[in-house]
Amino acid sequence: MTSSAERLAEIRGGVPPRRHNARTIAALTGNPGCTRRAVLDSAGVDKPKLAERIGFPARFGQSRFAITRGNAFEAQVKADGGIELLRLVAERLGVPVPARASWTDLGGDDLPDRHERSRAALTGGGDEAALFDHPLLGLEVAGRRVHLEPDLVAARLGGRFHVVEIKSFPVIDGQADPAKVSAAAVQSAVYVLALRELLAAAGRDSELVSHDVVLVCPRDFANQPVASLVDVRKQLLVLRRQLDRMARIDALLDEVPAEFTADLTAEPGTLAAALRTVEARYAPECLAACELAYFCRDEARGHTTTLGRPVREALGGIADVADVLALAIGERAPGPEQAEAAPLLRAAADLRAAILAGDPA
Amino acid sequence: MSTLRALAKAQAVAAGVAQPVATVRHLHVSDRPLVLVPLAMAGEANAPLAALVGAAPDEARLLIVPQPRNRQQRFAFAAELAGIVLPYLDSCRGVSEAVPTDRGRDVRYRHVDAPQLLVPNPAGTTFLRLLGRSTRFRRPDGDHPVHPSVPLLGRWLTFFAERAEHPGSSALLAMTEALTLHWATGQSAVEDLHLPALLGWIDPPPGLTGGQAAARAEDPAVCPPAGPATDPDFDNRRLAPAVAAYAEAGDDPVGRAAAYAELERPLRDQLAPTWELMWRGVGLLRALPPGARVAGRWDLDKDAFTGYAEHVDAGGGPQPRRDGAVAAAVRLHRLERALTSYAVQRAYDDPLVMAEHRLTGEAFVGDVTLADPKRVDDTGKRPVLRPRIQVVTTEPVPMPVGAALWSPARPAQKARVVFVTPGADGKIEVVLELSGGMGRGLTAPPGTVPEVGERLCFTTLSDAFLPAGNFPAPEETPWTHGGPPAAAPLPDEPATGIPAGATTGGDDGDPAEDWA
Ligand code: SF4
Repeated sequence: MTSSAERLAEIRGGVPPRRHNARTIAALTGNPGCTRRAVLDSAGVDKPKLAERIGFPARFGQSRFAITRGNAFEAQVKADGGIELLRLVAERLGVPVPARASWTDLGGDDLPDRHERSRAALTGGGDEAALFDHPLLGLEVAGRRVHLEPDLVAARLGGRFHVVEIKSFPVIDGQADPAKVSAAAVQSAVYVLALRELLAAAGRDSELVSHDVVLVCPRDFANQPVASLVDVRKQLLVLRRQLDRMARIDALLDEVPAEFTADLTAEPGTLAAALRTVEARYAPECLAACELAYFCRDEARGHTTTLGRPVREALGGIADVADVLALAIGERAPGPEQAEAAPLLRAAADLRAAILAGDPA
Repeated sequence: MSTLRALAKAQAVAAGVAQPVATVRHLHVSDRPLVLVPLAMAGEANAPLAALVGAAPDEARLLIVPQPRNRQQRFAFAAELAGIVLPYLDSCRGVSEAVPTDRGRDVRYRHVDAPQLLVPNPAGTTFLRLLGRSTRFRRPDGDHPVHPSVPLLGRWLTFFAERAEHPGSSALLAMTEALTLHWATGQSAVEDLHLPALLGWIDPPPGLTGGQAAARAEDPAVCPPAGPATDPDFDNRRLAPAVAAYAEAGDDPVGRAAAYAELERPLRDQLAPTWELMWRGVGLLRALPPGARVAGRWDLDKDAFTGYAEHVDAGGGPQPRRDGAVAAAVRLHRLERALTSYAVQRAYDDPLVMAEHRLTGEAFVGDVTLADPKRVDDTGKRPVLRPRIQVVTTEPVPMPVGAALWSPARPAQKARVVFVTPGADGKIEVVLELSGGMGRGLTAPPGTVPEVGERLCFTTLSDAFLPAGNFPAPEETPWTHGGPPAAAPLPDEPATGIPAGATTGGDDGDPAEDWA
């Protein structure tokens, strides 16, 4: 028997694994029941390429205007050794603005070295104000350790760590796009969790990492940065629960047929057929979160899940559109699980038919 | 999601085309709506990039911002837009009508028409709201002067954005929402936000199913997005080089004009398909007969328009950045009332909407089998006319004895449940006692009491006037709730997203804040 790691490497097919970031982990926990995604992500398969190869390219392109603006804003906020950033964060946290602080860039190309430097810098103790840029963190996902390369700063102020994320979406009159804020909150929660694990592993109190993360965004319509606190306790709970609940990859691999492959050099037909042998759980939310969404949506055609959860629930949770309609016109006797939904569907179908045929009542 | 609507979606999947969920139109469509298709610059805070604007299909005007990061050009765009929007608003102010007030003892005047703005999707509404926010505090004087029409535009856009939150208002509509109010597609709500895909389901081109048309519409190379967000590929391949060429053209007038034209072309290409779709949507909506209560709701839009125009005429100031506590509470209360009344009115206007309430036991339909129109109740101080009718229905009647019901056929008449008797054949007999809507005498005028053989709907939903709440005047409000002193800053609110204080002061007129 081969180990899981070998098996995953085989699935991936001789190329180095893609790295995780907080976004991919946040998305992973967004659909924890999907085996297909868990296996592909654990194997580090290049899903954008895979989707393209099987004829369902993902559309997660980024405008270069947005990238330029994001980079410019980040550079502006981090300028001068982070003095301005430190002031913003300290003021937002309500602690005195330190006269000086150290700035440590933990970036670099050599992964093991970066990991060690990050560990040493963040767990080394010390109480003075400090900012750590580009730390390399790790997290256990589905029984495997994944690296995180956060685009973030960990700020140590008053002896506590705060995750600081610089985002270029604006905060206008104290309000930001709720979808963007909640996405940022989930990602930050991933970082908080990883930082806490790092401290705990070094025998330090993981509560030194605050659940209040700091978002730094442009204010109103200008480039002035403004810091906001976001309490990510709820996101942490959800994340931890979903990470715990995620089946271990070893167990998942047991369900995957031996010949399953996501090797990009294989024929598109082979790849698509292989994907279909691994269970997926498509929902419209996938469209914004997973590169395989168009493939999975196509596969799920005719299922109520493609219409979204509220619709599926209103249809009594019945999976197939054809079943819904057969029950609604009384063509089929309901099974025990459909006993409650069936009469309602019939009544609804009768009403619709009568009214659309012109019977006003 | 009601079962009825969900079923319509399932039927749309099977039929391959969207299914109706309304038999009448529940919103007003103006004869000359101002269609506005905006595009925003990626990565910037609501910076306009371009827009197609006009009140008729052949009146499209293209506005562009050749250097979207340039503050002056952005305000030039706002001034140009104002040059279209403000005359359009004026065109609705020609004629006024007298409206009786104070129970007919007085009259007030309101414009007989009101403006209507149409944008492709809810993100378009947000774009206008933020454009209003970024312009309404600008000043024609001072350090960063703008054209005087710019702050005026900002106030009006803010007015429209606030109206758009008012349930039942047709002053500013997002086309995707207007269409999904009347049709159910075979795709999810997120996918319905994409106007080309939505129209693909509602009105697929010959030879394609709705699903196929929608899938085709998702490819930005075939069908540009309906904005305000642009397609990243378009940004990288076409827009970026054109913007760069314009910047390089410098001050040379000939080169500059050529570069400008080179910028206009791709932007028009991106906008024109959505423009077409907007007018197709208008056509589909116009083809539906209006619901009986649509005109009444449009009157409220006319009232609001007249009121705000008078406010502007009188030199009134811009809307505040945030409502004070009392204003916010009043507004919330008003929106809740409007939401309830809008839901009831739609049910009264449309049997297909009422059917959703029949399914949930809030309404039933039955035949009048007995009627005693002359019945007088003389047990009280003076005799009163209280006819009774018996209605037989095959639908469940969960309403208790004593419950008050109404019928859309006679909305002013209350029907109190007297008996509910299940019959042997599965039918239910309901005896109702009627009051109201029959004049003042002891004899009901003909037609005011349901007759035997009439088929009627009775519901617990009431279209009656909902009383307004009582709120203290701003000057009587404690400062903790936003009352005096006027400048007391509000505590930061956790309402939408950023929980703790992103506000950093209340200077409405900070000229440096805008698009610096
Ligand atoms: S798109 Fe497919 S693979 Fe990705 S999470 Fe959804 S169902 Fe799973």
